[in-house]
Amino acid sequence: MAIKKFAVAAFDDEAVLFPAVKKVRSSGYKIHDIFTPFAVHGLDEAMGLKVTDLHIAGFIYGLCGTSTAVGFISWIYTSDWPIVYGGKPHFALPAWIPITFELTVLFAAVGMTLTFCYLNQIMPGVKKHVFHPRQSDDMFVMVIEITKHMKEEEVIKFLQSTGAKETSVQTAEAGWWYGRWDKKEPYELAAG
Amino acid sequence: MNDRFEIPGRLKNTSMALIAVGVLTLVAGVVSLLMGQHSNDADKARFWAVLLHDAVFFTLITTVSIFLQAAVSLAQGSWLIAYKRVPEAIGANVWIFATILAVILFCIVFGFRNSHHLNSIFPWVTPGDDKVLLGKKPFLNPAMFVGFTVVFLGLWSYFGRYFRAQSIAQESAPKNDTKIYWKIFRMSGVFLFVYALSQMSTAPWYWIMSIQAHWYSTLFSWYTFASALVSGFSLIMLWVIYLKNQGNLELVNKEHIHDLGKFMFAISVFWTYLWFSQYMLIWYSNQPDETVYFKLRQQGPYSVIFYANFIINFCMPILILMSRPAKRNYFTVTFMAMIIIFGHWLDYFQMIMPGPLGENWHINWYEIGIFMGFAGILIMSVSRTLTKSNLVPTNNIMLKEAVIHVSP
Repeated sequence: MAIKKFAVAAFDDEAVLFPAVKKVRSSGYKIHDIFTPFAVHGLDEAMGLKVTDLHIAGFIYGLCGTSTAVGFISWIYTSDWPIVYGGKPHFALPAWIPITFELTVLFAAVGMTLTFCYLNQIMPGVKKHVFHPRQSDDMFVMVIEITKHMKEEEVIKFLQSTGAKETSVQTAEAGWWYGRWDKKEPYELAAG
Repeated sequence: MNDRFEIPGRLKNTSMALIAVGVLTLVAGVVSLLMGQHSNDADKARFWAVLLHDAVFFTLITTVSIFLQAAVSLAQGSWLIAYKRVPEAIGANVWIFATILAVILFCIVFGFRNSHHLNSIFPWVTPGDDKVLLGKKPFLNPAMFVGFTVVFLGLWSYFGRYFRAQSIAQESAPKNDTKIYWKIFRMSGVFLFVYALSQMSTAPWYWIMSIQAHWYSTLFSWYTFASALVSGFSLIMLWVIYLKNQGNLELVNKEHIHDLGKFMFAISVFWTYLWFSQYMLIWYSNQPDETVYFKLRQQGPYSVIFYANFIINFCMPILILMSRPAKRNYFTVTFMAMIIIFGHWLDYFQMIMPGPLGENWHINWYEIGIFMGFAGILIMSVSRTLTKSNLVPTNNIMLKEAVIHVSP
């Protein structure tokens, strides 16, 4: 993706985090992401995240599963290999409903899981920059992207005024990449 | 926080008018049966079968409210608490429908005979020399029927009133007192046990499945339970939305409506699962003594209702209620609640009518009039119960949890 500059603020209390999120958004800064050790209820609304279209994708995957099952089974039993089972007609729809149901669920489940991984940029074998080592332990880490129109010191000062315990400026890859945890990050390799 | 419901004049008049229509229809039915030139066995069977159909339907969908309170109490859930008075009020009036149902059932079993001195609704009452019916006699006989019916209906009526009485008693208990909470918790377990042995097994065998006494299905009771459950949720939804439109139930918001909408959607799919499971196994094994049930319904004179049943109760809910905005929209959920109640009324219709009536079925002034009468009784009794207490269970220990509830 792209290498960007980030201001990182770590909070140690969600009660401080919520007003901070509100202040940051009303001051016009764009929140890149917030990392928390557990799911914080209401944080997505506070950040202004929209409801994703994951379920619409799921509906489409489900329809693909239904049509795959009905199409494939009906092709086999009516034209490719028609056999009479138990005196039933070749096109024995009720008997296929369980398989159709299973395939609908399978397609929807697998498709939605992969889409979910893509949307959140998580996958086995994929690496992302860790902004703060304690973001999965006991710290709530808010990351703000620093564009060229913003001054680092001002952003840091502002974040400290909202109650952040630790602040830092980091240059890092914003997206995900294939790689292992013991290797260097791509921008570090590029810098030598 | 005080939230009192007063019956608006319009609701009172509507319920009175509906009851009047029901009574007039009943009188007209009796008159046409006694005075009619052409009244024959089919007309007599229709008279009783329609009463049976509506009485069973309304008893089962109101009993669902008791089941719901018990299930939520036992799971220590809080999502129901904000509008707890609605299922309580419906459950407390189960005794009315239970009484009507008992009267109708006993009239049919003991009083109803056709011109051949046979009971054409419950054929096991007059088995003659039918070997199958004689073989089922230890279970299907009037004494067992009366015994089970009285015990089940009595227990349902008792628990419906008990849960409401305990919940009202909580209001005058000391703040944060959990004594009554655990009392309801324990009794919920007892009720679920009773309910599992009645509605989910024996009761539909006696009241509905024994109409075609030769035929049986092991998942019939689950199927009727699913049908009643989704209609019961729709009924609660209609009351909650009505009360909100009257300016009551301020604490209930879209999150709670979304919850009920999810249940209407999910249980519709659950109903379809059971409906199809019963159908497919019989279709696949193709045993003549089992397929006779679907021969009448799918290919016979009831095919219109059979397919309408599937479209109204599966295709419509799954397509209309699938998206999240639809479940949070007051108009969609109200519309779907009415559609679902009508659809499952049709479902019960095609469970009951083919046995006694065969091809002579009607959905005419008599069927609709009797349905309106029962709806009138429901509206009047539930609205009167709702006025008797504060609609917000202020002293319920779960209230705060219920109010901040979020339905993702």
